[in-house]
Amino acid sequence: MSTHNVTVVERPRRNLWVQSYLPEVAKGLAITSRQFFKNLLTGSDIQTVQYPEVKRDYPLRYRGLHRLTYRDDGQVRCVACMCCSTICPANCIHITAAEHEDTSIEKYPAEFVIDELRCIVCGLCVEACPCDAIRMDSGIHAHPFYERDKAFLNKDYLLDLGGPSTAVQGGVLGSRSAR
Amino acid sequence: MDLVWELLIILLKIVVVVLLFAFPIGSLMTLLGDRKQSSLIQNRIGPNRARLPGINHPLVGIPHFLADGLKMIFKEDIIPRQANRFWHTLAPAISLFPAIALWAVIPFSDHYCTGTATMVDYRDVCVDGAFYNLFSISNLEAGLLYVFAISAVSVYGAAIAGWASNSKFSLLGGLRSSAQMISYEVTMGLSLAGILIIYGTLNLNEMVVVQGQLLWDWLPMWGIVVQPLAFFLFLAAMMAETKRAPFDVPEGESEIVAGYFTEFSSMKFAVIQLSEYVATVFVGSLVSTVFLGGWQVPWLYGDGFYFGNTDEPSIPLPYWLVIVLRVGSFSIKTLFILWLQFMLRWTLPRFRYDQIMTLGWKILLPLSLANLVITAFVVLVLL
Repeated sequence: MSTHNVTVVERPRRNLWVQSYLPEVAKGLAITSRQFFKNLLTGSDIQTVQYPEVKRDYPLRYRGLHRLTYRDDGQVRCVACMCCSTICPANCIHITAAEHEDTSIEKYPAEFVIDELRCIVCGLCVEACPCDAIRMDSGIHAHPFYERDKAFLNKDYLLDLGGPSTAVQGGVLGSRSAR
Repeated sequence: MDLVWELLIILLKIVVVVLLFAFPIGSLMTLLGDRKQSSLIQNRIGPNRARLPGINHPLVGIPHFLADGLKMIFKEDIIPRQANRFWHTLAPAISLFPAIALWAVIPFSDHYCTGTATMVDYRDVCVDGAFYNLFSISNLEAGLLYVFAISAVSVYGAAIAGWASNSKFSLLGGLRSSAQMISYEVTMGLSLAGILIIYGTLNLNEMVVVQGQLLWDWLPMWGIVVQPLAFFLFLAAMMAETKRAPFDVPEGESEIVAGYFTEFSSMKFAVIQLSEYVATVFVGSLVSTVFLGGWQVPWLYGDGFYFGNTDEPSIPLPYWLVIVLRVGSFSIKTLFILWLQFMLRWTLPRFRYDQIMTLGWKILLPLSLANLVITAFVVLVLL
């Protein structure tokens, strides 16, 4: 026979003290009125953030609007490899690739449009990007749009939000083997 | 000419008591008690966004309360098609009437003494003059019976409102509230029977005068001192009578929407709501009159504070200051009971309906009967 590890918890018995209700009411009143006076006099426990005037900082990993990072010389970092638009489950990234004059770069996005109405803010594009070109760390809410066209964020807009990438351009030599 | 003066004074008293005391406090409680107090208990701020023109300060949310009133006035007044138009229209008035009429007997201070007021054996005496009733609308001999009678009438408002709406929610709400109010009326009356034996009067002002007497020359003979059990019984019964939480089953959002006033909108809704709050304020004033010494300030009599049964007051005070202190004392006690009621509302979970009935009939009623018997016995032995 197997032994069962059972703990029998006895039902709390209601004695006259509890049943008479008044002491328990007094206890409850003590808790609520302590909180009442504490908040009335000091307001120390109040959790409310007065939103439009006071804003809370977003956590570091908050996924806001996309941004495109740029190279050291200010060109867009994206090489139009289509990884992000392929992995995007909402099909919201539209890239038109074009050939770059600089042969070491080969391709660049002539158009890079993100449809913020379709974006589900999953962050897979950021994961997929091989060269740290697209990021979602701008910390900006996807705000409401009055016109549908305004929700299509184009390359210029995304680059304006962007900054230089911290990654070394072209990768660090031998970094794979070092790891 | 005297009669005209008398009438004018009575009218003035009605205006002051109803329009300057009962209504403002009652309606302000919808804001301060229900919203601000609850928010502080629950670590929130509560309404603080609306502003009065030109004043950039929340003013503890009072602009919200004004905005609510304004909104109520401009809302469409809907009478359901199948509802009984006559009774549906009349019901708010019927529930407001007792809430106002109850205030007729509440004494805000002792009768005004036209001569010199002084103290003999812990009672105010008026030398070279007579007491003149200035601080209660009516100095009714059967004051407490009047209170019972009128508060019994208030059940009609709820019942008619529920019945006339032609809505199952309203009907159930009306039934619940009438059953509850009738059940608790028994306890309400019986819990006060003991105190009637002790005070030997039904006149509310006389009751307060009696409470000015001192036990062992130092303890004011307030109702809560001589009848502590009755105080709790009466408070519970009165809260159930005015349908305050935790006895607020006549309205229940998840079960019967707003209960008997589900089908009321606009100012009709506001009037029903207001009458409940005014009744709540009245509970505060009645409890403080009967149990907390009403307008009595401990050891304060007609011409000052007396510590001991002496001829001269220990701290003499002018008569007008005594009156101010007494009215203030009464108001503070009323507000305290009111605060306590709202505190209870935000502390206790509501009772189930059968629990309310059990509490009323099986616990409070026997307790109040026992209280009455024991009080009668003690009074018989001691006096």
